[in-house]
Amino acid sequence: MSPDAPPRSLFDKIWDAHLVETEAPQTPGVVYIDLHLVHEVTSPQAFAELEARDLAVRRPDRTLATIDHATPTLAFDPADGPAYASDAARKQVETLGENCRRHGITLHGWDSPHRGVVHVIGPELGATQPGMTIVCGDSHTATHGAFGALAFGIGTTEVGHVLATQCLLQRKPRSMRVTVDGEAPDGVSAKDIILAIIAEIGVDGGTGCVIEYAGEAIEALDMEGRMTVCNMSIEAGARAGMIAPDEKTFAWLEGRQHAPQGEAWEAAKQSWSQLFSDPGAKFDREVRLNAADLAPMVTWGTAPDTGIAITAPVPQETTASRKKALDYMQLKPGEAVTGARVDQVFIGSCTNSRISDLRDAARIMQGRRVADGVRALIVPGSVAVQKQAEAEGLDQVFRQAGAQWREPGCSMCIAMNGDRGEPGELVVSTSNRNFEGRQGPGVRTILASPATAAAAAIAGAVADPRQLAEVEYV
Amino acid sequence: MSEFENFQSRAFVLPQEDIDTDQIIPARFLTTTSRAGLGAFAFHDWRFDRQGQPTAHPLVSLDTSSFQILVGGRNFGCGSSREHAPWALLDFGFKAVISSEIADIFRSNAARNGLLPIVAPAEAHAWLLHNPGAAVTIDLAGQSVQVEGGPSFSFDIEPFARHCLLEGTDPLGFLLARRAAIQAHEARMT
Repeated sequence: MSPDAPPRSLFDKIWDAHLVETEAPQTPGVVYIDLHLVHEVTSPQAFAELEARDLAVRRPDRTLATIDHATPTLAFDPADGPAYASDAARKQVETLGENCRRHGITLHGWDSPHRGVVHVIGPELGATQPGMTIVCGDSHTATHGAFGALAFGIGTTEVGHVLATQCLLQRKPRSMRVTVDGEAPDGVSAKDIILAIIAEIGVDGGTGCVIEYAGEAIEALDMEGRMTVCNMSIEAGARAGMIAPDEKTFAWLEGRQHAPQGEAWEAAKQSWSQLFSDPGAKFDREVRLNAADLAPMVTWGTAPDTGIAITAPVPQETTASRKKALDYMQLKPGEAVTGARVDQVFIGSCTNSRISDLRDAARIMQGRRVADGVRALIVPGSVAVQKQAEAEGLDQVFRQAGAQWREPGCSMCIAMNGDRGEPGELVVSTSNRNFEGRQGPGVRTILASPATAAAAAIAGAVADPRQLAEVEYV
Repeated sequence: MSEFENFQSRAFVLPQEDIDTDQIIPARFLTTTSRAGLGAFAFHDWRFDRQGQPTAHPLVSLDTSSFQILVGGRNFGCGSSREHAPWALLDFGFKAVISSEIADIFRSNAARNGLLPIVAPAEAHAWLLHNPGAAVTIDLAGQSVQVEGGPSFSFDIEPFARHCLLEGTDPLGFLLARRAAIQAHEARMT
């Protein structure tokens, strides 16, 4: 940085480096996209638009596809094929296969050892790298920001724009920095930190913003924890969340399939180490929390900003919308959430389906049994996570506890593949949204960490995982 | 996309805050490869009970030939990036959405499809919430909303989105015309 140059944030640096054309009063900027992730649900209409206009995919080498949302998670006999929830779901997955073949796009489909939830496999393959712009027709694309990338969700029309031009028309968003100081107490995970952040800034507090997460407690997180934090940026309304890359980032990426190798690796690391917010960089809004004040979190309502410490009572709500949410959740102000009888537990999703999440859950479930009448579904984020968990014997811990160990996919996070709850059921879920009916019509969802979800499965009710954590998982 | 024309219609009010995209179109209806016909699933779980029978919700009998403007509570359209949400609302018969705050991705998806997203000042928004059925005139070129018997207001819209809506301009065509600049950027990258 030259002495006269104004200090820039991490976001400013990545934004500036990707401007094909700067924005003007009458026209937005043209932003180059380094990596475009594609899945079956939000892409078919975009490919159809390309067909209709006789356009090619500009950079199939910068496009990576997988199947995750509509795919069943029950193991199947290859002779029979996957048991899709509907013919439409089958057709959607097959359509992605045809589109990828036609346009020369790598697809991690049923036969790929790299198949999985799109926001799990990008980092796993090393396709996600610091300093990149990354988009996907999926609002949880911010996950990749954990690596110091600018990553955000787009609609299907924009998926078409990126397929055809590798660019998007964008005005520069505002910026926000969320600093989490202090040290998180034992039993407080990345999920608890992000639920606390969202509760603090509100479900729309980040609208129009890119968030940078910083501070001691964020730096202390491993890469998987950082992905969990960035993943839920959209639940505070922010399209993107990001964390400056550091040695942990580089160590996590080194040697992965798409990561640079040899001399290129050293050069990349050199350039990535410039990716931080300069001292004095300006943010439109600053928010500070202290991790030492946090406890495991659970949500009481039907928006993701309704997280409270698991030890706290359900708050008194005054607005009609929040009162309606309490009615829907069948919870009462002043009462504890702990003790509420649970019907299902879901451990999975792009928020919490990585190996460290499964280890956290296994530590609680080890040597215990899922309570009678509770269905516990454990869905790894990718084939690679599944294999790793099986190598560590985690699948056996889950099976012996009476939980179901499934094939990778989005599963009950979005409940469009047949995995869902029944009307009125209470589900403790490690996913990212507790909207009405998100996990099936009439289903009540409580968002929580993998440890808290596992504790709920064992107790048969919402329970503080710290009371079950004395058993060490080896 | 056809050109957006000024129109007058009645405002239909859904006062809840944070109406998310899973309410606008539940995820189980996203297993489609088309963008047509999604109006059948708009607010599906508000309009139909678990047996598929119509509920008592006012959306069930709404005549969208006279109610083409949806007024929603604060933070309308939060949640997922599914463009199926504006596709469903348009196919259902709405042409504009008014709220005091509209979620980012929904707002951009809506504008790209000709469903005009209008962020209203808090006071005007509150008036509309309390006066369902108000006659509202929308003037996109003038960026103004006239409310019969209530507060009229002007609104902001990203100038290029406004241009595309008014002229029926195609943003993909605009991007495709930047081919040389894109190539130059790619050359600088390597």
